[in-house]
Amino acid sequence: MTEDNATHSFTEDMIICRDVHKWFDDFHVLRGVSLTVKRQEVIVICGPSGSGKSTFIRTINRLEEHQQGDIIVDGIELTHDIRNIEAIRREVGMVFQQFNLFPHLPVLQNVTLAPIWARKWPKAQAEETAMQLLERVGIPEQAHKYPAQLSGGQQQRVAIARALAMQPKIMLFDEPTSALDPEMIKEVLDVMRELAHSGMTMIVVTHEMGFAKEVANRIVFFETGNIVEQNRPEEFFAHPREERTKEFLSQILTH
Amino acid sequence: MSTTSATVARPVALQGPIRWLKKNLVGTWYNALLTVLGGAFTFFVLRGVLRWVFLVADWAPVANSLKLFAVGQYPPDQLWRVGAIVFMVSFCFGLSGCVWGGTVRTFALTLALVFGTSALLPISMGLSLRLWFLANPVLVFIGYQVGRTRIGKSGWVVLGWLLSLVLTIVLLTGFKGVSWLPGVETGSWGGLLLTFLLALVGIVASFPIGVLLALGRQSSLPVLKAFCVLFIEIVRGVPLVTILFMASIILPLFLPEGFRIDRVLRAMMGMTLFAAAYMAENVRGGLQAISLGQVEAAKAVGLNRFHTMALIVLPQALRLVIPAIVGQFIALFMDTTLAVIVGLLELLAVGRAVLEINVEWKLLNMEVYIFIAAVFWVFNYAMSYASRRLETTLGVGQR
Repeated sequence: MTEDNATHSFTEDMIICRDVHKWFDDFHVLRGVSLTVKRQEVIVICGPSGSGKSTFIRTINRLEEHQQGDIIVDGIELTHDIRNIEAIRREVGMVFQQFNLFPHLPVLQNVTLAPIWARKWPKAQAEETAMQLLERVGIPEQAHKYPAQLSGGQQQRVAIARALAMQPKIMLFDEPTSALDPEMIKEVLDVMRELAHSGMTMIVVTHEMGFAKEVANRIVFFETGNIVEQNRPEEFFAHPREERTKEFLSQILTH
Repeated sequence: MSTTSATVARPVALQGPIRWLKKNLVGTWYNALLTVLGGAFTFFVLRGVLRWVFLVADWAPVANSLKLFAVGQYPPDQLWRVGAIVFMVSFCFGLSGCVWGGTVRTFALTLALVFGTSALLPISMGLSLRLWFLANPVLVFIGYQVGRTRIGKSGWVVLGWLLSLVLTIVLLTGFKGVSWLPGVETGSWGGLLLTFLLALVGIVASFPIGVLLALGRQSSLPVLKAFCVLFIEIVRGVPLVTILFMASIILPLFLPEGFRIDRVLRAMMGMTLFAAAYMAENVRGGLQAISLGQVEAAKAVGLNRFHTMALIVLPQALRLVIPAIVGQFIALFMDTTLAVIVGLLELLAVGRAVLEINVEWKLLNMEVYIFIAAVFWVFNYAMSYASRRLETTLGVGQR
């Protein structure tokens, strides 16, 4: 199902963040972030390093704990209750900058591990789904190799397949292409673009502005722990409202 | 991706063993000099050793006491039970070798070979002993064939080993009053039989306990953590001798009248707990080496804490510490010699006892101790070799 990313109207709220604060000891890293993400929306979060964007998306699946504010994911509130946390983690998939594949397992087992143990699928079903996903990301022939034998771009695509194997409703990407060299960035971005067009709700922290322009429904600019500006891509790049946004854009678009 | 049309073949001249010898042994003048010196040294040492072993040494104490070295003071008319246990072990090895292949198969073959050649040794032994030696390779072969049938699955093999363990204990201890399987005092177990038993139980039991202690030490529950830390630090801080001593002398004082814990059991418990504490620290080192990203990825994909630990962290951590763990096992095997504190006659104690048997033998302690050292070396090398093969199979250091 394709949609014009400028005019699609979104209905359901998938992620609601209200006034989220987080401190690392005394350092105030998230300063009252409020963001709502609707179903099938693709959000790109950009900003200078240290602004808290990675920390923010990691609070959504509780890899980081927020001290103040509310986070509600797919109707489930994110509290200290481990059952809520685990329920949310089953619905939210994450792709890391460092891939974090399981090196002691072949690629196929990397993808089938979670469905078999967390969703209790039978092995045959998990393997069939895994092979379909590996085909979708373009590397079915690598199924029996170990991660160390794959290139960076292939490893990241396996990581995407692994996250998709749990059939999540939301996918989080934490700088997925920052550890890749230019030739491999394209293959990963192609997979992410296809994923976006197939209707997945995505939050992507990235510096790839070309991808953002093409695929995002909304671009969110983060600085020093809060959202400075957010807008549709055309508006964001053509008519940035805040000074700090203009400064950031001038830095990244001209190097 | 285009390939270059002119591929260059690897120069053959740099390969080959002759080239290696030429390059490394006589390439330069100091290499040549060292080769000559090393060769001369090796020659003289080997000649001296071989001459001593075959011409000078009097192996009487060893040759005449083989039964003592093997099973200690186990009643001679009940030795068929030990024979039966070895049959079971041979069969299980054959079965495991077929189902699991690789290193296990090598071991099964080696076992069959060793027993086979022992049957053919030109030293004096009864016909029944020779037949017993010959029967073992046959059993290895039978086990191997059974492995090829439908029973040849990992689950059955593990069950087979567990059953053998249980049967071993039953066969060795026997029951009071049963005429065909009379009770045998554990105090009369000795020699290599006892060393094996202590080491095996110590190794097999200390590993899971050590892993649990390591996991408990890094738990967030304060009582559990405190207990694990205390246990590890106390047990690690005292010599094994003291622990065995306490188990042997002090523990009975706390027990109710007449309730006695068997000596062998005391030794086994002491060694297990001692090794478990060291094992825990080895495993903790491995756990610390696993990058946080692995745990985060496991969490992000929906695995709970138990699954994360069991499927992701522990497999990787244990791979890393195989050298340390196997070193621990080897040390434990040799620490069984301290069981003499508890009044048990394991291999080394039997050696010392053998020297007392005969007035002439008292001077032959070199032969006895060298024999004991050789026996220890053979089993320790086997463990070491197995661990290297295990590391290769698991791809340690490569993925």
